[in-house]
Amino acid sequence: MIQNLLRIDKYFDSPFDKIQVKKDSVNPVAIDLIFKTHPPHISVRNLNVYLSKNHILKDVSLDIPDKAITCIIGPSGCGKTTLLKTFNRLLQNSIDVRIEGDVLVDGENIHGKDVVVENIRKKMGLLSQRPCPLPMSIFDNIAYGPRIHGIRRMKTLKLMVEKYLTEAGLWDEVKDRLKSPATSLSIGQQQRLCLARGLAVKPEIILGDEATSALDPISSKKIEELFVKLRDQYSIVLVTHTLRQARRIADYVVFMYLGEVVEAGPASEIFSNPKEKLTREYLEGYFS
Amino acid sequence: MKHVRIKGLEEKIFKTLMMAATLVIVISLFMIIVAVVKRGLPAMSWDMVSKIPGGGFYIGKEGGLLNAIVGSLYIVIGSIFLGLLFSLPIVLYINLYLPEKSRLAQFTRLSFDVLFGIPSIVYGAFGFTLMVYLGLRSSLLAGILTVTMLIIPILIRSIDEVMRRVPKEMKDAALSLGATRSEMIMVILRQVVPGIITAVLLSVGRGIGDAASVLFTAGYTDSIPTSLGQPVATLPLAIFFQLSSPIAEVQDRAYAAALILTFIVLILSLSGRYYSRKFSKNKI
Repeated sequence: MIQNLLRIDKYFDSPFDKIQVKKDSVNPVAIDLIFKTHPPHISVRNLNVYLSKNHILKDVSLDIPDKAITCIIGPSGCGKTTLLKTFNRLLQNSIDVRIEGDVLVDGENIHGKDVVVENIRKKMGLLSQRPCPLPMSIFDNIAYGPRIHGIRRMKTLKLMVEKYLTEAGLWDEVKDRLKSPATSLSIGQQQRLCLARGLAVKPEIILGDEATSALDPISSKKIEELFVKLRDQYSIVLVTHTLRQARRIADYVVFMYLGEVVEAGPASEIFSNPKEKLTREYLEGYFS
Repeated sequence: MKHVRIKGLEEKIFKTLMMAATLVIVISLFMIIVAVVKRGLPAMSWDMVSKIPGGGFYIGKEGGLLNAIVGSLYIVIGSIFLGLLFSLPIVLYINLYLPEKSRLAQFTRLSFDVLFGIPSIVYGAFGFTLMVYLGLRSSLLAGILTVTMLIIPILIRSIDEVMRRVPKEMKDAALSLGATRSEMIMVILRQVVPGIITAVLLSVGRGIGDAASVLFTAGYTDSIPTSLGQPVATLPLAIFFQLSSPIAEVQDRAYAAALILTFIVLILSLSGRYYSRKFSKNKI
């Protein structure tokens, strides 16, 4: 029932628009704790996003901790992906989009005047829902990023390709066929290739937009393990539909509903002791 | 039971209809080739493809069709080059620069759909007016310009088709690696090269075989043009003029010209397919 309403909500003003999420206080001590060890890497302040006439993100403010896994959860159509795409300014390619408010990465406003958008995007590797290799060989897929950023020496490129394919756990599977097209890989391997490709531009942040939802369980598990392995070096932000995945790997959880952040906090807090009624209901599966 | 029997009958009727339609097409294609080869082959000789028309060519004496072969190639190569020069930027602009569902993009697509349906004689007439207005004679340049107008809608439509099928994620993937817009476009182009080759082949087929558009604009001549300002002969017009002759020998040469035309198109499409396959190796 609610699911249907949500879908309609994309096109019409639904009664849900009128609901103002009332926030009780979240335990400030717990939040302080995570940001003490992991200072905010991305800070969002009063972010409002409109796509044509729809108000997609409503006054979103949150912090993404550094070198930790942040999972953004919430029912479909709640603006998770939109939020993720504002981080690396991909959203601006859509028609009729209006963005208000600040997104700070390392303290720098990404919508600032002097900001070079390529530098912002370079800081963040993006993993989309379905892996999308570039129309090149496996080797060139990884080497593409370094190449456009000015690395031409074949020796350096070879080393980099090996390094990042190893990091993504793919090297042993593809080392003998680096010249074959990227599409010859299985879909799970392609997703790891995309991860390696993203890592090769030396980002600080990894954005995953339901990065495992199109994969089979085994590939999905491999990607998850990689995220866990990489969390010491990168700030990882994942949009996910699978609550179980969030429970397994998240350090910090953001629950969104109808374009608003309902609750954000350390994973242990959110999953064991949610403060908001909506969060509790979502976690217990009353709606999804 | 009755119901089942009727269903079976329906199936049979449609299957027969489909088979009949396929057969008719295959047979007509075969018949065209047989007719062209049967009448054209006896008139074919090395002279036909290596010499320009001699004094008495049009009453069945010595000479060949080299002027028309070279002329057709000049026109088609020139207009493909010009056509790509215009249509590639247009397609890139409406697909990658304009936002999705942009009004301008929709309007552009609509107008090229309309242009696609305009008969070539209309382009010929328009080219003729333009030529008179600019003070040009019928010339290679005017022919190239007119054929370019004729093929641009074809190029745009078919490249646009493949461009729209490029997954949106690929654009995002390239951009999120920090690529600039032009670097992203180079990636997308790699993906659509086979499509561009197909589009070029389609327009070569249309452009090289079209008589109406070059009739008034390119003119006809027995010599090979040495500059853009001179008139130029084309194979379709060579067929047209020789077929209207009362002399049987000259008529046969029309079929020889048709044979040459078919052969050129065949070679071009085979090599096009080869390169298209070569470039689709890494295609997603």
